[in-house]
Amino acid sequence: MATSSVSKGCFVFKPNFKKRKISVPIEDYFNKGKNASEDSKLRFETYQLIWQQMKSETERLQEELNKNLFDSLVEFLQTSHSGLWKNSKDWSCEIKLREIPTAALVLGVNVTDHDLTLRSLTEVLQNNVTPYVVSLQAKDCPDMKHFLQKLVSQLMDCKVDVQSKEKESVQVIQKNVHYSMDSLSAWYMSVTQKTDPKMPRKKRTSSSQWQSPPVVLILKDMESFTTKVLQDFIIISSQHLHEFPLILIFGIATSPVVIHRLLPHAVSSLLCIELFQSLSCKEHLTTVLDKLLLTTQFPFKLSEKVLQILTNIFLYHDFSIQNFIKGLQLSLLEHFYSQPLSVLCCNLPEAKRRIRFLSANQCENIRRLPSFRRYVEKQSSEKQVALLTSDKFLKEETQSLLENLHVYHKNYFLVLRCLHQFTSSLPKYPLGRQIRELYCMCLEKSIWDSEEYASVLQLLRLLAKDELMAMLQNCFKLFQSSSGKELGNTAKRIEEFLAQFQSLDETKEEEDTSQSQSKGLQKTDLYHLQKSLLEMKELRSTSKRQTKFEVLREQVVSFVDSLVREYLLPPDTQPLHETLYFSSAHTLRQHLNAAPRIALHTALNNPYYYLKNEALRSEEGCIPNVAPDICIAYKLHLECSRLINLVDWSEAFATVVTAAEKMDANSVTSEERNEIIHLQCSVY
Amino acid sequence: MTSTLELKADKMLKVQFVGDDDVLNHILDREGGPKIKKERAQLLVNTQKIIKKPENELEEDDQEVLKDHNYVEVLGQDVQESLKNGSATDGGNKVYPFQNRKHPEKMAKLASELAKTPRKSVSLNMKNDPKITIDIPQCSKGKILPQLFKESFQELLQIINNDKSEFLSTAPRGLRKRLIVPRSHSDSESEYSASNSEDDEGVAQEYEEDTNEDILSQKIQAQNREVSAPVFRETPSKKMKREKTSHLVEKYFEAHSSSKVLTSDRTLQKLKRAKLDQQTLHNLLSKVSPSFSAELKQLNQQHEQLFHKWMLQLHLGFNIVLYGLGSKRDLLERFRTTMLQDCIHIVINGFFPGISVKSVLNSVTEVLDHVGTFRSVLDQLEWITNKFKEDSSLELFLLIHNLDSQMLRGDKSQQIIGQLSSLRNIYLIASIDHLNAPLMWDHAKQSLYNWLWYETTTYSHYTEETSYENSLLVKQSGSLPLSSLIHVLRSLTPNARGIFRLLIKYQLDNQDNPSYTGLCFQDFYQQCREAFLVNSDLTLRAQLTEFRDHKLIRTKKGTDGVEYLLIPVDNGILTDFLENEEEEL
Repeated sequence: MATSSVSKGCFVFKPNFKKRKISVPIEDYFNKGKNASEDSKLRFETYQLIWQQMKSETERLQEELNKNLFDSLVEFLQTSHSGLWKNSKDWSCEIKLREIPTAALVLGVNVTDHDLTLRSLTEVLQNNVTPYVVSLQAKDCPDMKHFLQKLVSQLMDCKVDVQSKEKESVQVIQKNVHYSMDSLSAWYMSVTQKTDPKMPRKKRTSSSQWQSPPVVLILKDMESFTTKVLQDFIIISSQHLHEFPLILIFGIATSPVVIHRLLPHAVSSLLCIELFQSLSCKEHLTTVLDKLLLTTQFPFKLSEKVLQILTNIFLYHDFSIQNFIKGLQLSLLEHFYSQPLSVLCCNLPEAKRRIRFLSANQCENIRRLPSFRRYVEKQSSEKQVALLTSDKFLKEETQSLLENLHVYHKNYFLVLRCLHQFTSSLPKYPLGRQIRELYCMCLEKSIWDSEEYASVLQLLRLLAKDELMAMLQNCFKLFQSSSGKELGNTAKRIEEFLAQFQSLDETKEEEDTSQSQSKGLQKTDLYHLQKSLLEMKELRSTSKRQTKFEVLREQVVSFVDSLVREYLLPPDTQPLHETLYFSSAHTLRQHLNAAPRIALHTALNNPYYYLKNEALRSEEGCIPNVAPDICIAYKLHLECSRLINLVDWSEAFATVVTAAEKMDANSVTSEERNEIIHLQCSVY
Repeated sequence: MTSTLELKADKMLKVQFVGDDDVLNHILDREGGPKIKKERAQLLVNTQKIIKKPENELEEDDQEVLKDHNYVEVLGQDVQESLKNGSATDGGNKVYPFQNRKHPEKMAKLASELAKTPRKSVSLNMKNDPKITIDIPQCSKGKILPQLFKESFQELLQIINNDKSEFLSTAPRGLRKRLIVPRSHSDSESEYSASNSEDDEGVAQEYEEDTNEDILSQKIQAQNREVSAPVFRETPSKKMKREKTSHLVEKYFEAHSSSKVLTSDRTLQKLKRAKLDQQTLHNLLSKVSPSFSAELKQLNQQHEQLFHKWMLQLHLGFNIVLYGLGSKRDLLERFRTTMLQDCIHIVINGFFPGISVKSVLNSVTEVLDHVGTFRSVLDQLEWITNKFKEDSSLELFLLIHNLDSQMLRGDKSQQIIGQLSSLRNIYLIASIDHLNAPLMWDHAKQSLYNWLWYETTTYSHYTEETSYENSLLVKQSGSLPLSSLIHVLRSLTPNARGIFRLLIKYQLDNQDNPSYTGLCFQDFYQQCREAFLVNSDLTLRAQLTEFRDHKLIRTKKGTDGVEYLLIPVDNGILTDFLENEEEEL
């Protein structure tokens, strides 16, 4: 069946239903790709496993990060309408009665993440506060009628969830085309009264506080609502507030000022606004990175460039965590798809088991790894031969290498965090404020060769004692919390340092006190005073060169330095790192942050890039006259201003083409062809 | 080639009527002249001011440049790698240029040069004269990025040069033009052709100037003391950035300064070549074998290898968008036939002129065996969403050719398609062609679509996509061509022919009037009576009915309820027809 027609633009293809049932499992697509090599099924399974783990981890993180915000929101919602029913005779409550309690939720500019946050918020509210939670989007509510319609229909749905019996009445109301606040409040009254006798049984927690639960309305994107709709709705609902307990939640992307810009004073005075601030997306990113990449929990790692690209897309383009995670997913997929040895990218015992079942082909793959080759070259000649010839020996060696890699990572992240403790509070942040910047640097090259690192050491040598001690304390906690045996004595070293600082403190204090005491007792004349002052001065200047503290500080700095040099080796020095690290930044960039404009430009200006024909090879800024027609036409059109004369254009085109083809008979055709191309050019 | 072109231009010199509007335009133009000059002078003063500015500020700028460069380096490194030839390295100067006003003859010039030198490279910077090469070493002393600077400097100098030469050529030409105008008006000579021949002279002049550079610079200095070339030569590299931006601004305004854009007056009718109809064109085109077919085939094979990967990624929740030069329809068709034979799928031709979101949704509901109608598009979408959420075994592939087409690029359509594609078991694979297509999607929509981008440059022709468009060069079967016009009129009575000729003349007299709606019936009747062609209202009406039956005229009711008559035939054909008639007589 053809897919082109003069009469329609959509073509439905529906194969036989029975035939369709035998659909191809997804793994098959994974297998049939161009590297149809071994273990693809296993690889795909590993991919799915790791991705599931990562996904659930991010979701858990999200929940955790939002917990504070949600808790305070829930508290606000619970208290906001309590005054309504208890002591309504109070004058201040009378005023409050007129005001709609409103929570302004500042969510940040990462609009794409809002959906997720608000969805989980709805869930939380439905569990804790009220079954009536409605969320509206600006695009659904161009005017008041649609607004109310959406509100009512969603409210009914909420109700249906709680009680499926209600269905008949719901249908009756839905048929009612005329939606108004009156009917809404009437409905609310009827519903709450009906449910009242049942409520105590079902939802004691929520209904015990009020006779009737409030209705929460979430406006997802407050900024994009039409002002008129918002104003009207607020004015109307404030009139009905006593019979229809409404609470508003505004989702705000920019700043709280926008409320006052959208709503005039007369309207905003009807609201009782409380501001809530969600966690900034940068902090969110830091935690995600911390929990997903800077741990040994997930074997999968990103190389420096990939990480750089992902964070740059985040920082320069959208601030969206979701997009970041999408990028992570893609790189995970690409890694497992393109690297046959990624089968070893799993936890250590499993990987060891898998090594034993590696095929001969896979062993060859290992031998072909550049990092492994480098490793082999360093070995003694007998071992080299054994590694290159005996699969069995290779497998054993691989096992131990993988183990080393595992240990390396364990130490790596500990030392990285430790170094971050030292560098994160230095003036001007030579190694970055965030741990991700530090991580990037360490991934890229040996960090101790960099200028920044040298300046860090310089700055560390200038630190005051209390600062240094605080850092050491933090590091000590870090090392203690980890169960690593390899770095056990490091913790001990730090403890010793701390103790030494402590003792330094005490002795110094003693000295100080003794000096001051001696000074305080003596009564001296002017000459003696001058003399003692001079002495003290000298003493101080000499001690400046040689205090115990400075010696100790020097020791600490060199200790940190030695730690860094030992453990923060860049990962590409490690054999077999290719199995765990995804490094093809190019593909990632192409698929996530594509530049169609550049692609078109290159295709038009430099056809050689795509069509590898020597005839097309040329210098920059010019094209040979044998190039595809469209390139020539494009080049010629560049010479015109905003309007182009078609005849001139085709004449010029014909000149070029005839010169190239030396066939006059063909010129008519090419001219006509030019016309076809022209139509497309006008598309650009 | 240029000579033949010029010859043609000479041949085309024609006597034309100059309307009042044109005269008015000329007057306005004259007023605009000095203004531009003034601005130029101010700008020159500005550059001198800038030169005096303290240096520390400029250094700050340099730092910014460095920062920008860092960003470009990080995000753009792969582009650079992939492009290798470095066409994108200079900060997209060439990818995102302003359209500047250029000499109308330049295209022909470039064409001839391209034709003359088959293998040798003809660079666009034809004006790169020795002076620039002298200056480059000077500027490369600059602190940062000599390479980058060299390029921008080169470009800058080119701009300066263009300015100068334009200055040189425009100012006197404008003067002369103004002198000519009254004469040409009295001679009823066409303004366009006048300027055209002027331009040709200008070209010749420029050629001369190009040959001896010294004379050029002398001329500049003599004619315009403000433009002192030494000033530019002495400017150290640091100032270049400022000047460059100011020149960019100037470039922009130059491109948009006048609303009237001059093109040459050659038209397709004057091209003495018979028009082909669609069929013959098609046949001719099919005979031409595409060049580089081996390479194109290889390119396509590369793309085809990705099919399995696409399927995998579609199943994992991504959607795929294809971009790049050339029609991607064939590629998607092959994808469809190889991979999707056993799946439910819908092909949507975005380029189809009558497509709408409604029809897309309708075809989705057709798949779901729904009978009945929906109140609104949103209702329909909701129903589809629920259906797909309920039944997880349901799978649907959507193939959209040209997602960025006129009919689908609207915000609402994109929102709805995005929502469709965000459903877990709807897989979308689409292609885009427009240069600015990604602007359709804001962050929210992008996250709905969850795109993975694939570059698929195919260089294939957009035959199917443009088949709904009409070409100017192709004979339209719907409109009335000359031969049939003659044929029909011959069968008529002489009186009827006269009536028709009256209408033609009136229409041709009014062809420059954009608000011309047609000839009012009463006036027409009056004219016909005066020419003794009809004797009553009724005979004219009977005659007109016959014309209408042959689709020779169209009647339209005006706002005042009066009938207006119009011939729905191209003015060029009408002129030809009149000439033909006169010859016969």
